[in-house]
Amino acid sequence: MFPANAQEDDMQREQLESAPTAAEAWPDQIYDLLKQHGVRQVGLVPDAGHARLIKRCLADNDMKVVSLTTEEEGVALAFGAWLGGEKSVLLMQSSGVGNIINMLSVAIAHRTPCPIIVTMRGDFGEFNPFQVPMGNATQACLEAMGTLVKRADRPEDVADTVNATLRLAFNTYRPTATLLGQRLLGAKTFGK
Amino acid sequence: MTEIAVGPTGKLMRRDVVKALLENRDGMLAIGGLGAPAWDITAAGDSPLNLPLWGGMGGAAVMGLGLALAQPERKVCVITGDGEMLMGVGSLATVAVQRPRNLSIVVLDNEHYGETGMQETHTKHGVDLVMMAKGAGIADSRLVRTAEELLKLRADIHAGNGPLFAQVKIDEGTQPLVLPPREASILQARMREAIMGPEAHLQ
Ligand SMILES: Cc1ncc(C[n+]2csc(CCOP(=O)(O)OP(=O)(O)O)c2C)c(N)n1
Ligand SMILES: [Mg+2]
Repeated sequence: MFPANAQEDDMQREQLESAPTAAEAWPDQIYDLLKQHGVRQVGLVPDAGHARLIKRCLADNDMKVVSLTTEEEGVALAFGAWLGGEKSVLLMQSSGVGNIINMLSVAIAHRTPCPIIVTMRGDFGEFNPFQVPMGNATQACLEAMGTLVKRADRPEDVADTVNATLRLAFNTYRPTATLLGQRLLGAKTFGK
Repeated sequence: MTEIAVGPTGKLMRRDVVKALLENRDGMLAIGGLGAPAWDITAAGDSPLNLPLWGGMGGAAVMGLGLALAQPERKVCVITGDGEMLMGVGSLATVAVQRPRNLSIVVLDNEHYGETGMQETHTKHGVDLVMMAKGAGIADSRLVRTAEELLKLRADIHAGNGPLFAQVKIDEGTQPLVLPPREASILQARMREAIMGPEAHLQ
């Protein structure tokens, strides 16, 4: 069915992708943390939940933003960056976690700092059935591959959790991840 | 300068190709794709400037990208297999968009998955990696079949007008194993130290 009008179209789009409202401070807090830690390379496959953070990174001349064709390139990028003395971060959606599983062996075997910030789907009030299988398996898959996973589900927990993920990666040389719960991203259910 | 021999198939011998590319390398960093290309860069002379891969199939080109972006003053050469490149072929687009002048990607194309028993790859059936790299936006993408073309490639890699992509048709004969260290944390640390000095370990 076509949406009856523009307003209905907007509502349906909001159901499809979840993003924090402009009032939320945490996307800017993540950006500030990336700066504090001296992150110079940002690999990403976009997610609506990361949209503002991506914009901030793109606007920063000291950051090299690398748009990837698949998330696994992000782990490879992190390894190359670290070989050359630069810190990196990988921004992605939970649906991409399945794409990085084998490449994590690179970071584990070489002991490469590889922090990953994952926006969750299929997690809290999901609308799209295809998001649920990977969303539900995200933490288990990452942990099965030796990645240290922390979760934030409340806005006030995001900065501390992301900071811990960055510190664990850069201080202890391994893949780490923060999962940003879908609850944070404002999943809309519209009575469904 | 190394002589670049041809094998029974009339194609270039892989060990000579890699040796020629890495000779008098002037600090050029090399990443070797898993399997035979990693053995090839090791046979050319193991060095902290070499990162031979033991895994991460499909990731070599983007590893080279991360390194090239971090070290814009250094040349970075990714030397990998046709099977490895095909697994991560989207990375040609990722590389092209970043336009790293100091990055070259050289595919040693034996038209087979050599390490796993010589099963045919798509390049055996006409898949053209040069066209794929060109289509991705790497303007200097070329096929190399002769020693002369290889020496030109070598010169262009060292000139640093990248990004550059080359598909080098090589003899499919298997070469003796020359294994690099297998402890990958050492491989990473030694390259970091070669680039940044002992400070690398305090980052
Ligand atoms: C993700 C993954 N899939 C499959 C393998 C098994 N494997 C190891 S080497 C290799 C073939 C590599 O072929 P190519 O890159 O063409 O190198 P060659 O040995 O032919 O020079 C394969 C399939 C692997 N190590 N990792
Ligand atoms: Mg091959």
